[in-house]
Amino acid sequence: MLRKVLYIDLTREESWVEERQELFESWMGGTGVGIRLLQEECPPGTDPLSPEAPIILSIGPLNGVFPVATKTAATFKSPLTGNLGESYAGGRLSLALRFAGHEAVVIRGRAARPSYISINDRDVRIKDATSIWGVDAQTTGVILREKESGLGRRSIIRIGPAGEAAVRFACVMVDTYRHFGRLGLGATFGSKNLKALVVSGTEHVDVPDIKRYKEVYSRLYKTAVGTEVMEKYHDIGTSVNISVLNWLRGLPTKNFLLSSFPEGEKISGEAFAEKHLIRRFSCAGCPIGCVHIAALKTAFSEHHEFEVRRVSYDYEPIYSLGSNLGVKTAEGILQLIDACERLGLDVMSAGVVLSWATEALEKGLITDKETMGLPLQWNDVDGYTKALEFIARAPNEFYAALGRGADYAAKKYGGLEYAMTLGGNEVSGYHTGPASIVGQLVGVRHSHLDNAGYGIDQKSIKKPMDLEMMVDEMIKEDNSRGVFNSLVACLFARGVYSEENIIDSLGAVGIVKSRDELQELGRRIFEEKYKFKTQEGFDLSAQRIPRRFYETVSASGMVTAETVQEMLRIYRKKRGWG
Amino acid sequence: MPEIHVKEMEASQGEPGLNHQEIEENSPSKPKKRRRLKVANPERCIGCLGCMFACSRIRTGTVSLDRSAIKVQTQGGIEGDYRVVVCRACRDPPCARACPTGALEKKADGRVVFHKDLCQGCGKCQEACLVGAIVLGKEKLPIKCIHCGACVDFCPHGVLEMEEIPVEGG
Repeated sequence: MLRKVLYIDLTREESWVEERQELFESWMGGTGVGIRLLQEECPPGTDPLSPEAPIILSIGPLNGVFPVATKTAATFKSPLTGNLGESYAGGRLSLALRFAGHEAVVIRGRAARPSYISINDRDVRIKDATSIWGVDAQTTGVILREKESGLGRRSIIRIGPAGEAAVRFACVMVDTYRHFGRLGLGATFGSKNLKALVVSGTEHVDVPDIKRYKEVYSRLYKTAVGTEVMEKYHDIGTSVNISVLNWLRGLPTKNFLLSSFPEGEKISGEAFAEKHLIRRFSCAGCPIGCVHIAALKTAFSEHHEFEVRRVSYDYEPIYSLGSNLGVKTAEGILQLIDACERLGLDVMSAGVVLSWATEALEKGLITDKETMGLPLQWNDVDGYTKALEFIARAPNEFYAALGRGADYAAKKYGGLEYAMTLGGNEVSGYHTGPASIVGQLVGVRHSHLDNAGYGIDQKSIKKPMDLEMMVDEMIKEDNSRGVFNSLVACLFARGVYSEENIIDSLGAVGIVKSRDELQELGRRIFEEKYKFKTQEGFDLSAQRIPRRFYETVSASGMVTAETVQEMLRIYRKKRGWG
Repeated sequence: MPEIHVKEMEASQGEPGLNHQEIEENSPSKPKKRRRLKVANPERCIGCLGCMFACSRIRTGTVSLDRSAIKVQTQGGIEGDYRVVVCRACRDPPCARACPTGALEKKADGRVVFHKDLCQGCGKCQEACLVGAIVLGKEKLPIKCIHCGACVDFCPHGVLEMEEIPVEGG
């Protein structure tokens, strides 16, 4: 297996490859290697938008080799939170990196003018992107596709205008419809004058024992395709949860003023599937096909002239740009998702920022003057679409503040008690109970996927757990996902990759690990991430928890501040933080 | 979801290009009909590339996209439709006709077999194939479908099927 790190310095226009056998042996790959490279590359106190701030992309030993191991980890200093930036994307990137022969890529410096990077096996070029600066993220892909080689095996990742303008929650679009969404990697790209990165390669991987490899591959494949463990993802998809959470009173609605949406049925996964779903597709190497594409057909004249846009949807964007903004139609939500795609904005942060702004306007903290005349009312899809453009272009101080996230905007204009962020990151679509709140707060990247607190709440609703059990579960997930994200498998395939299957699949590529060693690795990865967070000023005890969480009934009933504080106390104690 | 039959073809390990011949030469008594891979439902493709990995894994014993004889391509990016490129097992195969050294040989039953030792890597076969089903790999050897059906078992959406076609003159 190739164990190489490709270094690219945009300032010096240089690139070189280093063999880092030991790094990969100790830290596996993916997020494990990512956090170590970040520590090496990012000195304390680095401005996340300065040339000194690195971008690290890393894959792991299973990428391209086993089914559903399709993710690439991005590690950086978050322009949104000012500490650990970590995000994962599927598409074809991990495969392209694997066959280009680079398990990790480190990008430093700042290009003198708008540029993109083209990696073709060992050939690395920094090319002029002046003529596509300002072009939307989708069209950028269309243009580079024509210019670059590697049809069918390449990956094109790029930013839109929001990334160029360093909006703190700008995303990086990966091969269309997939993203490094959270924590602002798009802004980091923009700050480096880096519009895009194209990767393709023709290497192959030799496995030590082909018979064993084929046996393990077939077993994992059969589990993924032929059993119920991934069924949710290849039927209605993640959006199946809209109905479920709405019914449980766990679906954040109108900036968490409500936890169920009376119009929920119209924006359910079932409704999207019936009315709009036209196809599904997969990240390369995954037989599931969880990416759901809707057709949005809009008339642009009275003479039966239509424009058709193909938009991907999932649970989180339907929450953030849908129920959370009181948007009652699937068409409206698709229009907003499409706007985010073009601009290159993270849909989750974008929705939560707009829901704060809507409430702040309603409550008179801001006026028409700040919004530049936009009414910003629940369900006003056209107003929100315009506002998203304003966020990306920052025509005034207010929209510039929105572009720095809900926490920043609320500190400036008020309404902190309903600025729905945890750890500085706009929250995901779950008001399921205390574990969701605590989970996102303590998680290394303040994502619901750090430890799936929302899942722990739902488990506890079915069969009550005490707070200590919930915390134990959270810590277990925190740690085990560090390993999972080092392989780098898709978290949707957790049911496929049991501990035993992880050990077997690693064995098939010649990496021998015991259960204990893997658990130890997970713990170490978590600790290294917290070390970085602490170094950059993150203090768990100083974090704001929006009061709104305690004012709106959750799927577990009313959540009290005391419960959350008690869980945090237990968490700290169990982590040995005193 | 279709039922999955994972039928492991025990192709020997080694260089791509080597195995075709071995498998074909070792096939049991020649059938009256031969099997041909068919793209039955291209619209159902989700672009997972499972077929390509199955091809390189089972036919060449490696993990590779480059060594796959079946190609899944995008047309205009992922927003567009997928194009699945497979050998059509032509009755009068242009690849064999174009081969100047006899490395690609058309057998009496219509199959085309590859003799690695005769191949000079000139790429005439690639030029001759209009659908782009035979291409020179990185090692400058043609990568050619042997219609073994390994890919069919790893297509989760029933895009691929095996069909039987009459043996020429049989």
